[in-house]
Amino acid sequence: MAQELLSYIERKSPVHSLSGATKLIIFILYSTAAMLTYDTRVLLALLVISIVIFVMSKIRIREIGFILVFILAFLLLNNIAIYIFSPQEGVKIYGSSHVLFELAGRYNITWEQLFYQFNITLKYFVVIPAALLFVVTTHPSEFAASLNKIGVNYKIAYSVSLALRYIPDIQRDFKTIAKAQQARGIDISKNQKLWKRIKNISSIILPLIFSTLDRIEVISNAMELRRFGKKKKRTWYKEKPFRKADYIVLISGLFILVVSLLITFYDGSRFYNPF
Amino acid sequence: MKNLSIRTIVAIGIGAAVFLILAKFVAIPTGIPNTTVQTAYAFLALMAVVFGPIAGALIGFIGHTLNDALSYGSVWWSWVFVSLFVGLFVGLLGKRINVENGEFGTKQIISFNLVQAVVQAIGWFVLAPLLDILIYAEPANKVFVQGLFAGISNIITVGIIGTILLVAYAKTRTKSNSLTKE
Repeated sequence: MAQELLSYIERKSPVHSLSGATKLIIFILYSTAAMLTYDTRVLLALLVISIVIFVMSKIRIREIGFILVFILAFLLLNNIAIYIFSPQEGVKIYGSSHVLFELAGRYNITWEQLFYQFNITLKYFVVIPAALLFVVTTHPSEFAASLNKIGVNYKIAYSVSLALRYIPDIQRDFKTIAKAQQARGIDISKNQKLWKRIKNISSIILPLIFSTLDRIEVISNAMELRRFGKKKKRTWYKEKPFRKADYIVLISGLFILVVSLLITFYDGSRFYNPF
Repeated sequence: MKNLSIRTIVAIGIGAAVFLILAKFVAIPTGIPNTTVQTAYAFLALMAVVFGPIAGALIGFIGHTLNDALSYGSVWWSWVFVSLFVGLFVGLLGKRINVENGEFGTKQIISFNLVQAVVQAIGWFVLAPLLDILIYAEPANKVFVQGLFAGISNIITVGIIGTILLVAYAKTRTKSNSLTKE
């Protein structure tokens, strides 16, 4: 249970001072660009931009290190899995085969495969700083306001804000229940057989879920009493108005998306083929 | 969307938070790589049946997105979409199971499990791999094998834990026509 969750990190930086809505839109544009393209040149350019923005945000690597370890482990596993299942994927995509050396059967190492997997990894490295930054530089309450601002119904935006608000509470409840049940001798560790473990887990999640259902009643009564949802619009305490910097960032974001798509699809393929 | 009740809105918010906690802390590895018993989907099925398709879809979507973003720093959209799909369709098809009336006997258990198995099979065996190929251009056989393992383990998990949850939930409701004249 040593795992932790990312959360907002307070700091004074140009990235923090942008409105949440701007960051959300940029994040969406940026992920779309990175998702659509497989062009190495575009990906490298985006990566440089990501790193520059990351430095500007004054967030230290150390503060998000625990997440990076997860991501690197996941990327490594994913790359191995891709190779095991499809060692010739790169050859198929780039239509040529420059063998580096042979292993066994269809498992040889080709430049094309290495290049393809390099591109996949690069895609993650482009998106990850953007997503991380969005999470650690946007205050949860402001996040709901930004969702509403980009057109999401405010009731749904409020649900998201409720979720963010109650994650720590539910995490604490979960730990309390788990410890109470373990004190009664209910073992959920590796030492138990799978079937027994599932049964024991149920005795933890049942109280958790039923206390949650009670909580839903309490909160919705409180909101009902405060006339939530009676009007078409609402205002947000944490909302930041758009400033000049926001417009500049938005326009450059849009520009980057368009240019990267133009370069990517210029030759009619998502992939950049150096071979 | 406009006439969502306050109870549904709160259920979506709190439900998404519980989904995240379950997905993060209560996943039991089965011994097969990359395959865990995901109790979060059992909870999702319960919420979809109790609070309806919109709540189910949004709990799946918001819960899964937040979990990906907060614990990995990036969102795996193709699988997030499957969570939305599972919540939506279990909610739509599970509407006839009137668990609010406190009835969840053999008949309801069978229809609930049929619904969840069919919906999840489509989601994990077909949708997830197709979206993976479309968005991430991953090798086809890899994503189909991943989808197959995830689907089977989720169907079994929801079948066992989801059923236990619904039976327990039904017991907390007052049965309709449960009073008899003496």
